[in-house]
Amino acid sequence: MTEIDRLSLAKNLLEALENGDEASANKFMDEIAGIRETQLYQEVGKLTRQLHDSMTSFALESKITAFAQNDIPDAKERLHYVISMTEQAANKTLNAVEDLYPVAFELNQQVQKLSANWDRFLIRQMPFQEFKDMSQEITEYFKVSVQSLENIQNGFNEILMAQSFQDITGQIIRRVITMVEELESGMLALIKLSGHGRSTDKNIGSSEPELPGPVVPGLDDSEGTVVASSQDDVDDLLSSLGF
Amino acid sequence: MKILVVDDFSTMRRIVKNLLRDLGFTNTLEADDGKTALPKLKAGGIDFLITDWNMPGMTGLDLLKAVRADPDLAKLPVLMVTAEAKREQIIMAAQAGVNGYIIKPFTAATLKEKIEKIFERIDG
Repeated sequence: MTEIDRLSLAKNLLEALENGDEASANKFMDEIAGIRETQLYQEVGKLTRQLHDSMTSFALESKITAFAQNDIPDAKERLHYVISMTEQAANKTLNAVEDLYPVAFELNQQVQKLSANWDRFLIRQMPFQEFKDMSQEITEYFKVSVQSLENIQNGFNEILMAQSFQDITGQIIRRVITMVEELESGMLALIKLSGHGRSTDKNIGSSEPELPGPVVPGLDDSEGTVVASSQDDVDDLLSSLGF
Repeated sequence: MKILVVDDFSTMRRIVKNLLRDLGFTNTLEADDGKTALPKLKAGGIDFLITDWNMPGMTGLDLLKAVRADPDLAKLPVLMVTAEAKREQIIMAAQAGVNGYIIKPFTAATLKEKIEKIFERIDG
């Protein structure tokens, strides 16, 4: 309905009124009122659309807010735990190597000395008294080497166990990656919404994974959550179940 | 004694294998999830199963259930070694018929203790 249409309607109405043509006057008045109503409906429609969009965007924004308030700090804590676990593993490994290196070095020194003496004995260049001393040294060496090799084996085990960090941290990092992907899709939906006015992507927001994986101290073992924080807890629970 | 070690992380499989070697079990096999483990179990000859829980493909819990549902494997001792530490999960594993449950990170002593305990039960 253009400006000219409305103007001609008004002129027609005026003419009908001047001529005392009541029927035509009523007809034109109805038409003018009709225009007003259509415009009103259009405005209400527009407002409804805006309201709907704002509500959707608000829902999205609150999800993004939830990410910012909960998920991101949670991920940060988890990643900090990864740092401390990898650091612990590196320290354990380095400590074991540093402790064992002198043990191996000492064994090597002793065996070289004994071996040189033994060679002299074989070619019969060793006085009897010296041979007696060497026998004593060899006996001593056997004792020491058994102990030292045991220490080395224990160190190997420590190094071995320290590598378990890779599995634990791997699981934690996987969980953080999933969270980042969820955040990414939430951000994309928000961008789409502001770009095109609406979004149908409802698949946003993070949820507790079905298998939560490693317990991160301070996060997963907080009050109210029922997790076993040690092997003893597990053993107690199982024995309470008749295991 | 042939032992199958199932974990999606190869480092953890290596750790467990090395610990088992230390305990005198040198005959070990590996699988990276339940799906690859099951055919190996069904092929026969495996006396002990050590499995993780959270693995892609087929989880350790589903593997455990499949083992218990198979008449040939139903009696196979199963030790779960997992990071899953929620009470309800431990109960789920117990209900599915697990013989032992170890949470990661664990120690060599814990592994030894649990394996020995399982054997004691079987022999006794």
